[in-house]
Amino acid sequence: MERMLGDWRAVAILLGPALAVYSAVMLVPIFWSTGYTLFEGNAIRGFEFVGLANFVEFFEDPTALQSVSFTLRYAIVLTVLQVGAGYGLALLYVFALRRGGAVIRTLVFFPVILPTVAVALLFRRFFEAAPAVGPVNSLVMSFGGENPDWFGQPDASFWVIILMDLWRSMGFYAVLLYAGLVEIPDELLESARIDGASGFRLIRSIVLPLSLPVLLSALIFSINGTLKVFDTIVALTNGGPGTATTPLTVYMFRTAFSFGEYGYGSTIALVLTLMCLVVTVFIFRSTRRDLTKG
Amino acid sequence: MNAETAAQRRHRRPPTDARASRRRRARVRFVRRLPLMLGLALLIVVVAYPLVWMVLGSFKSQDEFLSEPFWALPREWGFDNYIEAFVGGGLGTYIRNSLIAVVPSLILIVLLGTAAGFALEVMVWKGRGFVLMLFLAGIMIPVQMILLPLFTIYFNLHLTGTLWPLIITYTAIGLPLTVFMMATYFRSVPREVFEAATIDGANVYRLFWSVGLPLVRNAVFTVGLVQFFFIWNDLLVALTFVNTQELRTIQVGLLNFTGQYGAIDYGPMFAGIAVNVLGTLVLYLFLNQQVMKGLTAGSVKG
Repeated sequence: MERMLGDWRAVAILLGPALAVYSAVMLVPIFWSTGYTLFEGNAIRGFEFVGLANFVEFFEDPTALQSVSFTLRYAIVLTVLQVGAGYGLALLYVFALRRGGAVIRTLVFFPVILPTVAVALLFRRFFEAAPAVGPVNSLVMSFGGENPDWFGQPDASFWVIILMDLWRSMGFYAVLLYAGLVEIPDELLESARIDGASGFRLIRSIVLPLSLPVLLSALIFSINGTLKVFDTIVALTNGGPGTATTPLTVYMFRTAFSFGEYGYGSTIALVLTLMCLVVTVFIFRSTRRDLTKG
Repeated sequence: MNAETAAQRRHRRPPTDARASRRRRARVRFVRRLPLMLGLALLIVVVAYPLVWMVLGSFKSQDEFLSEPFWALPREWGFDNYIEAFVGGGLGTYIRNSLIAVVPSLILIVLLGTAAGFALEVMVWKGRGFVLMLFLAGIMIPVQMILLPLFTIYFNLHLTGTLWPLIITYTAIGLPLTVFMMATYFRSVPREVFEAATIDGANVYRLFWSVGLPLVRNAVFTVGLVQFFFIWNDLLVALTFVNTQELRTIQVGLLNFTGQYGAIDYGPMFAGIAVNVLGTLVLYLFLNQQVMKGLTAGSVKG
């Protein structure tokens, strides 16, 4: 048994193809891309070694710094809102709806699997000012407001993006956190109720501390996902107005493929990867703590 | 309250009074649940309304979009917009391209990922922990990090102008999560099952194909479903490697869905969005439990 399960040839045959594809298409390009950061130019024009000039350029480039700021702002605001809304919904599922909540859960989850492009195009029309007036603007105007141009102002665009992503993602976090809340033993809640805890106090002193691990992984997962935002913004605002809603992902894409700057594009990608790495380190920290607890 | 006294009191009261108090209690319960009901109604409207609006829009004419209020119902319920989306907009081509890119990738991801998961979890060898960590690292890497080298590779291999770059890239991107999830599922299979099969004379490949794979069949299905949504909905990879209109996938095609003269043709565009959304809805209606479980499991463990 031991000898058979340790058979090197079998390991190579079963694992080999996956490892080969993964190494060739992901691992090697990661190092290759890191190498690009020291060069200027592209595959057609040719490359020129420039040392750390790309990194210097990055920290002196106002658009890059604006992208970092937008990416962080977006990640933090959306994480707080989507995990918050998800937690609220999860509490609703567990304590108010109990078993009857399956239909609501299914409905609220549905936007999660929708193609982002389709949703973004839909929301673009939903908040449209011209040539057609979308439902949101019609509502604003019926209350006596002027026809607002949401996509003409940086702040308004930011909040439309956030709203749309919240619509898309809250069902996901609700189900994720619901799974964590359901695992809280009933006896524990019952004994807390007998001790006189109810409503808000029950949630704050019993439910919240017990669901902290799953809440934490939801937070970290959310930050990791929101740092990589791409589809939403390309399809909804395309980074505009100007570059006000351009995250690092979109800025990298533009630099690399519209302007053919491979070196600088790779530098932006590397900064993004490092930001994700920091978050992932936290994931491992938190899950390891969970393991020792269990 | 003491159970005995409650029972006594109920005994003493005439029956009509009991019914009245029950009705009053029901009314109190109703009033107390009213905010909840209103909240739920609001939630349903918020989630569903954009989709309802989309379906209505897919039946409207350009003129209705520009001159009538958003709540107006379509004047005619014809399928002109859908026909225009497929014929003039090339929606059919986009869907075909997506299928050509997604189906082979999906088969490869599931096949290679499951075999690797088996080798990493069931089989015993030095260094498997390290290889698992290697795959795990791939989950957090932003795709942007590998686009430029891949672009160079595909260009030099003369693969640009085909859908191969998409198939290859999707397969590689899908592997880390799949390998990790399959390893986790194999972990929950008792070792005794494999030991018994070995005693019965199965070799490693039979152990994988005839014992392990059937045991994690549901997991394979779940993982496949999750990966399907990721790949089908991808924009970044398709946008990078597809440079001709004939090769556009549905997401790239939809992004560039404008009318003949560059202006927006609202009706066909809404029809295009609706086809994309309703297609997913059908899949979701049949498999929603599996989808929810798969997506959330994949995220937490990742």
